[in-house]
Amino acid sequence: MASGFREAIPKFGGADLEVTNLSVSYLVQQTKFNALDSVSLSATRGSAVGVVGESGCGKSTFAWSILRSLPHNAQVEGGEVLLDGVDILSMSEEDFGSKIRWKELALIPQASMNMFNPVFSIDEQIAETISVHLGLSIKESRERAKSLLRSVGIDLRPNGLYPHQLSGGMKQRAAIAMALALSPKILVADEPTTALDVIVQCQIMTLLDDLRRNTAMTLVLISHDVSLITQYTDTVVVMYAGRVVEAASTKELIKKPLHPYTSALLKSIPSIRGPKIRLKGIPGSPPNLSMNIQGCRFAARCAFVQEECRLREPPLEEVESNHFVACFMWYKLVEPRNL
Amino acid sequence: MTQDILRGLGLKKYFTASKGLSLFGQPQLIKAVDDVDISIKPKEIVAIVGESGSGKTTLGQLLVGAIKPSYGKVVYRGEDISQIPAGRMRSLRRKLQIIYQDPFESVDPRFTVFDIVSEGVLAHEMVSDRSQLRSLLRDALETVGLIPASQFIDRYPHQLSGGQLQRVAFARAAILNPEIIVADEPVSMLDVSIKAEVVNTMLDLRDTRGIAFVFITHDFAWARYASDRIAVMYLGKIVEFADTDELFANPLHPYTRALMAATPSMEVNSEPPKVLLKGEINHRLQTDIGCVLAPRCPHAFERCSRETPVLKEVSTNHYVSCHLF
Repeated sequence: MASGFREAIPKFGGADLEVTNLSVSYLVQQTKFNALDSVSLSATRGSAVGVVGESGCGKSTFAWSILRSLPHNAQVEGGEVLLDGVDILSMSEEDFGSKIRWKELALIPQASMNMFNPVFSIDEQIAETISVHLGLSIKESRERAKSLLRSVGIDLRPNGLYPHQLSGGMKQRAAIAMALALSPKILVADEPTTALDVIVQCQIMTLLDDLRRNTAMTLVLISHDVSLITQYTDTVVVMYAGRVVEAASTKELIKKPLHPYTSALLKSIPSIRGPKIRLKGIPGSPPNLSMNIQGCRFAARCAFVQEECRLREPPLEEVESNHFVACFMWYKLVEPRNL
Repeated sequence: MTQDILRGLGLKKYFTASKGLSLFGQPQLIKAVDDVDISIKPKEIVAIVGESGSGKTTLGQLLVGAIKPSYGKVVYRGEDISQIPAGRMRSLRRKLQIIYQDPFESVDPRFTVFDIVSEGVLAHEMVSDRSQLRSLLRDALETVGLIPASQFIDRYPHQLSGGQLQRVAFARAAILNPEIIVADEPVSMLDVSIKAEVVNTMLDLRDTRGIAFVFITHDFAWARYASDRIAVMYLGKIVEFADTDELFANPLHPYTRALMAATPSMEVNSEPPKVLLKGEINHRLQTDIGCVLAPRCPHAFERCSRETPVLKEVSTNHYVSCHLF
């Protein structure tokens, strides 16, 4: 669990959302899985923060825990989620529901195209959320729902729009409209475009990006897609097997990765521009999170591994200004001319 | 000029979709593949790029004879495989292999790697005894990077990672000495760090065993990495076909440009992705006359809805189907 030594908390300027040392476990058939181990992240108002990692790294658990919508077999083992300085994890469920959820913090969950009830029209479902939370009349709520849907590019029909009438991309737009219903300050988008084709992905991301710029909303973009993170975020946190292994400004991280995992990951992905080089991939797979892992979680797949790496877990440290790495060997990734 | 090993000529595959609760009107005719000509040369990798619903999977299945075309023919080394008797097709199947997107869906979970990879070898009576089979299997597994083969041969699918199982699928196809493998989205289900190893397996099989590939993908970046030529498909038609480097240097068709512009790049200072087309791909936009892209195309003019464009060679080996060129 939370390591015995102090860890650096990646902060970039004053933060609205501050997650510190968050640890979450799941109990599956009497086996405990440590899905998140001491994860920290901060987001400044109006910025876009990326959380990038592969399946099983804890990205979705991270999203669910800050929205307090973890599955029943999950347990928060420690850590805080501060919203403007207030810990929202220790709030009562009533307070969180009435003051924070949707109003301050909203989530676009993964596969959110399936979040709507098929027997009610989409505008009705959004209107209901608005009327419950803002106490507006049904008529006012409906008007607001309609203008929200219009703002994400959905034209309404006079007798309502039902989920089956919409394509995947349109449902995703509707899910965004739902998340925006109460003008949240922070929007957490968990793989918002994963099931969508690239042109629709571009339409959705442009929409989110414009919203963030025009309303100073903070965007937490969770994705496995490094190219997407590269194009749409200011800062980024790289997760591996439940830990943050690297955090920096997105440009810096892409240009100069200092964790062997990040570096190997970037060498596994082709680009549509730039030089063509033989890609490598990363042999092996992440560790089983039910085991008590000693040492660095990436050690078994790492090209730079040393004896020390197998003995104790490297803490996240600020090794350069605003560049955080959890690796004993990070300096080996710095090109000689930079030393 | 190298002889083509496989050609699709005037290929069409139509499906009828029942329209749910609609009481009136005709059932909708979906033209999954609509008048496609394509040729594959020995040892080349041709990528077919398009969004879901573009018809790329159907085209792949037509090319290996897994389904029969509604019209047109598939010619493999001079033989029209859409017209030959089932017995002859069975023996040709060894030469024309296919790999599917989801490795866990495409193998029997009760089979070991040994069973999975040897099934085709036994069906085609390629070996005379068990030791010959084992050595053939070991070779195949090691060619796809499952080394040492002894460590994998007795495992069950659930004991392998997605990447390893996809390489087993490559071994199962490659062991039959095929001339062509159609790989249908072979890495789209896999984790980012695993994809490269599987795509490299494809490149290595081409280099070491001379196998040609039809690489079906929705991802332009992977197509660029792994292919010699690229065919871009939209609503059942090939709208552009060119050598890979030429296509990226000089994309012509508005749909190709839109796909490229929308794809995020790994370069930090590159142009941000842009939306060049409105709306989404939809079979309701298919018309009998005119360009399939016309309803969404920003460059469409009067002729585009009146006359169906055909693929024409605008520079050497660069084909485009658009009235602008």
